[in-house]
Amino acid sequence: MNPIINNDDTVQLQELTQNAYAKKIPLRIFGSDTKSFYGNKIQGHPLCLVNHVGIVDYEPAELVLTARAGTKLREIEALLHSAGQMLAFEPPYFGEEATWGGTVACGFSGPRRPYAGALRDSILGVRMINGKGEQLRFGGKVIKNVAGYDASRLMAGALGTLGILLDISVKVIPRPQLEMTLVLEQTPEEAITYMNTLAGGPVPLSAAAYVDGQVLIRLSGTQAAVQAAAVKISGQEHEPSSSFWQQLKEHSHPFFSTETPLWRLSLLPGSPMLKIPGDWMLDWGGAQRWLKTNEPANLIRDAVQAAGGHATLFRQGELKDQQMKDGENTPVFHPLSKPLASVHEKLKTAFDPEYILNRNQLYT
Amino acid sequence: MSENRNTLSKQFLQFLPDNAVLTHNEDLHPYECDGLSAYRQVPLVVVIPETIEHIVRIVNICRKTNTPIVCRGAGTSVSGGALPLENGVLLSLAKFNRILNIDPVNRLACVQPGVRNLAISQATQSYGLYYAPDPSSQIACSIGGNVAENAGGVHCLKYGLTVHNILQLKIVTIEGELLTLGGSGLDGPGYDLLALLTGSEGMLGIIVEIVVKLLPVPECASVVLAAFDEIEHAGNAVTEIIASGIIPAGLEMMDRHATRAAEEYVHAGYPDNAAAILLCELDGIKEEVSAQISQVKDILLKHRAVQTRIAKDEVERQLLWAGRKGAFPAVVRLAPDYYCMDGTIPRRKLAFVLNRISELSEEYQLAIANVFHAGDGNLHPLILYDANKPGELHRSEELGGKILELCLEVGGTITGEHGVGVEKLNQMCVQFDTLELSQFHAIKHAFDPDELLNPGKAVPSLHRCAELGAMHVHEGKLPFPDIERF
Repeated sequence: MNPIINNDDTVQLQELTQNAYAKKIPLRIFGSDTKSFYGNKIQGHPLCLVNHVGIVDYEPAELVLTARAGTKLREIEALLHSAGQMLAFEPPYFGEEATWGGTVACGFSGPRRPYAGALRDSILGVRMINGKGEQLRFGGKVIKNVAGYDASRLMAGALGTLGILLDISVKVIPRPQLEMTLVLEQTPEEAITYMNTLAGGPVPLSAAAYVDGQVLIRLSGTQAAVQAAAVKISGQEHEPSSSFWQQLKEHSHPFFSTETPLWRLSLLPGSPMLKIPGDWMLDWGGAQRWLKTNEPANLIRDAVQAAGGHATLFRQGELKDQQMKDGENTPVFHPLSKPLASVHEKLKTAFDPEYILNRNQLYT
Repeated sequence: MSENRNTLSKQFLQFLPDNAVLTHNEDLHPYECDGLSAYRQVPLVVVIPETIEHIVRIVNICRKTNTPIVCRGAGTSVSGGALPLENGVLLSLAKFNRILNIDPVNRLACVQPGVRNLAISQATQSYGLYYAPDPSSQIACSIGGNVAENAGGVHCLKYGLTVHNILQLKIVTIEGELLTLGGSGLDGPGYDLLALLTGSEGMLGIIVEIVVKLLPVPECASVVLAAFDEIEHAGNAVTEIIASGIIPAGLEMMDRHATRAAEEYVHAGYPDNAAAILLCELDGIKEEVSAQISQVKDILLKHRAVQTRIAKDEVERQLLWAGRKGAFPAVVRLAPDYYCMDGTIPRRKLAFVLNRISELSEEYQLAIANVFHAGDGNLHPLILYDANKPGELHRSEELGGKILELCLEVGGTITGEHGVGVEKLNQMCVQFDTLELSQFHAIKHAFDPDELLNPGKAVPSLHRCAELGAMHVHEGKLPFPDIERF
C-alpha cells in the first residue's frame, strides 16, 4: 500500500470561500466528480477538494478515524482493512476515485445499512467552512458527545449545501471474521416477509436483498456465529459472498445497466410491493427499493408518499416527464411539505446566507 | 408577575381543565427543579396538556405573549435541562404516556414522549424485541427527554445512542406547526433534521411523538467481572479488548470508591480491595458469546487482573449489573451530596485523566468516586460534598469545571450523554469558539427566532463567554478577543 499523501489546503479553500461570499459568487464544490450524476444540476465556480488530503488521525484501538475530504475512499478503506477494521456503512463509490468528502456529502450507505447503521450514524465530528468562509468544528473524535447541536450529522447527505467539509471523523468497527451469502428462490412478497422475519430474530444479518426471483441473505460475524446461523437458515451458498453485494452497492449489477430512469424509494421495510409498473430490486431488507420505470414522477411520488415513504430520482436516464414543461427538470428529491421546506430554507440561510454553496443542488 | 400569571392561565383554561393549569405556589414547587437539584426556580405557570392540539394552542399563546416555554418529561435530567424560568411556562408531558403502536414486522414502536424508557422494552418483550438505549435512570426517565438529550447508557458502544435508535419524530414548532422529521423507512427527504433535533435540549421544537427502532433480544448474554490492583492495568485491558476486534455489549469500570460504595449498597460480590473493577458483557448468538467470553478472560488475565469471575447464570449477571446501575445511589451513602460529571475522553488517555482527577481531588479536598463507561470513553466522576458546609457546593462546581476542561485538553468533550443544560454553559465557552457558538445561535434562530423554547440552556450567549474569559485568562491569552466587553 502506498503511503497516503498529506496536504492541508484549508487556508486556500477558506480564502476562496471568503472571496466568493464577499462577491456572492456561487460555488460548485466537488472532489473527483464520481457522483456528479446525483442531485439537481447546478452551475457555479468550481471549488475542488482533491488537494485537501490525508489521514489526520487514526488509532485502531479508539475505533475512530479522521481524514481530510479529498482523501480517496479506497485509501481509507485499505488502511482500515490493514488494521482489521472497516466502515460500518459499506459506502458505495460509483467510481474508483471517490473521495471521503463526497462520500459524506452524498450520505450514501451500502447493503449493511439496516444492520450496522447509516453513514450519518458513524459520523462523530467535522471541521468545515460555512457559506461565510468561517472555519468551524462540530462534534469531535469521541464516540459519545452531546455538547452543542449535532451539526456534524446534519452535513451527511446535505450535498455540500450547508458547508464545505474539510475533515470528517467517524467511528469504525472491527471487520467480521466470516461472511456468508445464502440464496433462495422467492417471489418479491415472500422475500419481504422473509427478510423482515430474519431481521426480527437473533441472526447475525448484515445484508438482505431481492432481485430476479431470488432473495439473498448475508451473514457476518465470528466463525461460530455465522456457521451456527447458516445451519438454521435454508438456502444455497452463493460464492464468493462479496460479489453480489459489490455489484449491488456499486450499481454494476445487470439490473442497473439501463437508460430507463432509476428511482430510489425509501419505505417501511415490510411495505407490500407498490403497484407501479417497472422493474424492481429490493435492498436494505426492503427499506430501500430501486425502481426502473418511465412512469411520471408525480404518479411514483404519490404512491410512495401514500405508503409513508419518499422517492428520489437517483439517475435521470432518458427521462421524458410529460408533467414538466419544456426546459423544466423533474425535481430529483421528494418535495417537502410547506412548513418543512421553510425550515430547510432557514437552515440553509443560517449556514450559507448568500446561497453560494452548491446552490439548488438539494432543493431550489 | 401575578398579573401575567392570571392572564396566561385564563387563556389556557379556555381549553384545558382546571387541574391541567397550575398556578398556586404549592402546586408549582414540585416542578422547581429536575435531577440537578442544586438549581431551583418556580415557574410562572405549569400546564399539563393531553393532546397535540393542546400543545399547539399553548405554543400559539406563548408566542403571541412572548412567554418562554420549558418542556419537562420525567424531570430526571442531571444537567438542569428542565429547569423552569421565572417568567416562563413549564409544559409537562406527563399525560403523553401512551405507546401508540407496536409494529413487530417493521421492528418499531410509535410512542408518546412521556412514555418511560424501560416501559418500551417491557411492552415489546413478548415479540422478542427491545429498545436498546438504557440510561441508568431507565425505570423513570421518559423517551421524550431521552431524545432531547440524546441519552446513552451502558450499551452504547455496540448499540449506539438515542440518535441511532429512533426513526421518526413529530415536533410542534414555535410557529405552532406540526412537523414530521425522518421517514417511515430508514431515512427522510432533505436535511437530517432528525439528527439535529436529537440532543437539541428542547431548544428547537417540542417533541410530541417518537418512532423508536426495536432490536431482537439477543439469544444470550454473559458478563465477566475482573478486579485490578492498578487502574492502569484495567485501562490497558479495555484497550486490548477493543483492539482485538470484540465489541462488548457493555464495558464498565468503577474505581475503588465507587466499587466499595456499590458493594455495601447492593452486595454484588465485588472485591472490596481492588483499585478498579471492570464489567464486560457480551451478547449475541450462544456460540459467539461463549467463544468471546473466554477470549476476554484471557485478555483480562494478561493485563494482570487479580480476580475474574464469569456470571454463572442470569441471576448473577443481573446482580453484577445491579451494582453498577446502583453506583450513583450507592455513592449517596458516602456523602450527603454528590455532583456528577459527564466528560468523554479518548480511551487511551484514561490513566492520565484518572491520575489528574485524583490530584485535583486532593487539591480541592473533595473526594471523587469514578464510574466509567470504559467502552466509549465516557467518564462520570462523582464529586462528594456536603451542601450544608459553606462553600462546598461552590468548590465542587469549580472542581467539576476543572475536570471537564481536563477532558477537553486530552481531545474529549464536556458532555457525553447528560447534556449541557444550565450546568455546563461555561465549559461550552471553552469547547467552542465565537464563530461556532454563533453558528449554534443561527441554527436556534432558524427554528425559534424569538428564543422562546428553553432559552438560556445548552448554548451560552457570547456575552457570557466574554465575561467568563475576562475572569479566567488562560496562559495570558484572552478567549473571545473579538467580543465587546462592558
